[in-house]
Amino acid sequence: MDLINLIVGFFLANVLGYGGGPASIPLMYQEIVNHYRWTTDHEFSNILALGNALPGPIATKIAAFVGYDVSGLAGALAALAATVVPSAAALIVLLKALQRFRQSDAVKGMTLLVQPVIAVMMLLLTYEMGESSIHHIGLWQSLGIAAVAFWAMIVKKIHPALVIVAAFAYGGIVLPLV
Amino acid sequence: MAEETEKRTGAYAQLAWAMIKTGILGYGGGPSVIPLIRYEAVTHYKWMNDDEFGEVLAIANALPGPIATKMGAYLGYRLKGVVGAAVGVLAHILPSCIAMIALLSAVQYLSESPVVQGMIGAVTPVIAVMLGEMAYQFGEKAVKGLGVALGIVFFGLSFALLQVIHLHPALVIALFLAYGAFHYRASAWFKRRRQEATGSNGNNDGDGDNSDNSGK
Repeated sequence: MDLINLIVGFFLANVLGYGGGPASIPLMYQEIVNHYRWTTDHEFSNILALGNALPGPIATKIAAFVGYDVSGLAGALAALAATVVPSAAALIVLLKALQRFRQSDAVKGMTLLVQPVIAVMMLLLTYEMGESSIHHIGLWQSLGIAAVAFWAMIVKKIHPALVIVAAFAYGGIVLPLV
Repeated sequence: MAEETEKRTGAYAQLAWAMIKTGILGYGGGPSVIPLIRYEAVTHYKWMNDDEFGEVLAIANALPGPIATKMGAYLGYRLKGVVGAAVGVLAHILPSCIAMIALLSAVQYLSESPVVQGMIGAVTPVIAVMLGEMAYQFGEKAVKGLGVALGIVFFGLSFALLQVIHLHPALVIALFLAYGAFHYRASAWFKRRRQEATGSNGNNDGDGDNSDNSGK
């Protein structure tokens, strides 16, 4: 019974969650705290706080914890499946359909026309990240780290993972001391 | 036979490693992960080119649900079918899911910990640089495919729709996809009209005669 509720609850929260991670949080809150009362409001805040301190998609982190809390491993798996499978399956089906018409002008046109949109979207995200960075660690640190990151990744073509780990090290060790 | 097996496990291992990496380094929510996945899929392992990645990203954005798991599932599926899709997703989310379950008792300390805050703070500009690079490269491709004039028009239109009117990104992508399906036909039609208007010698298809490109 709990398993079915987990599947339904997390399915609804995620299928309506357009716009990425943050968009699904209020929907999950609705299902988890209000509808099924799997956690209290305070507990949900703690889950969200920890979720934001860890990497990975927020929706799956919340699903894993709440599912596990409600019904152990099976619960975690049920909640995760309901979160991940519908949209992943939809994506794969759509893209397969597109593959069939890969060579057609229509698909080529579609591939081409999403490029300006993606460019603009990424630009807007860059700006938001920049804003967030300046707000969090100030202008000069942000510019400094960005400059080093630019040199490392784009000029020297160093693997981004290494740059990120270096940023973690700097941020985790040096920044708290400042 | 043994070599074949090795190549097959090689693909699973590479996929899992790529998705584990992006799942552990992907701080800062959905968008942060996109350039990381792109690096693994397009630059590092060369499983697909930027054209295809852009397409997948666009359609994935038009669907609900977490972006990372959608992309991971598609990547895995493309490499190794349904099992690959499962590997792609699980490799990405397991580390953080397990950490969630194991660490909740330490939550107060962790979320306010200056170490964690410092890590998130320092990595944000790095991700910004990756996103900026992606914006630039897709912008370059757009201009190459559309020409400067039309490119600028579509950049402006995207910006207006997304940032000024605040239309939902899924809707904007749907609009551009809808136009994109007819783009080549439309531009061929425009070219023909222009040739007809300037008389029949504006033909630049290099064959020296005055016929149009009908019958395509």
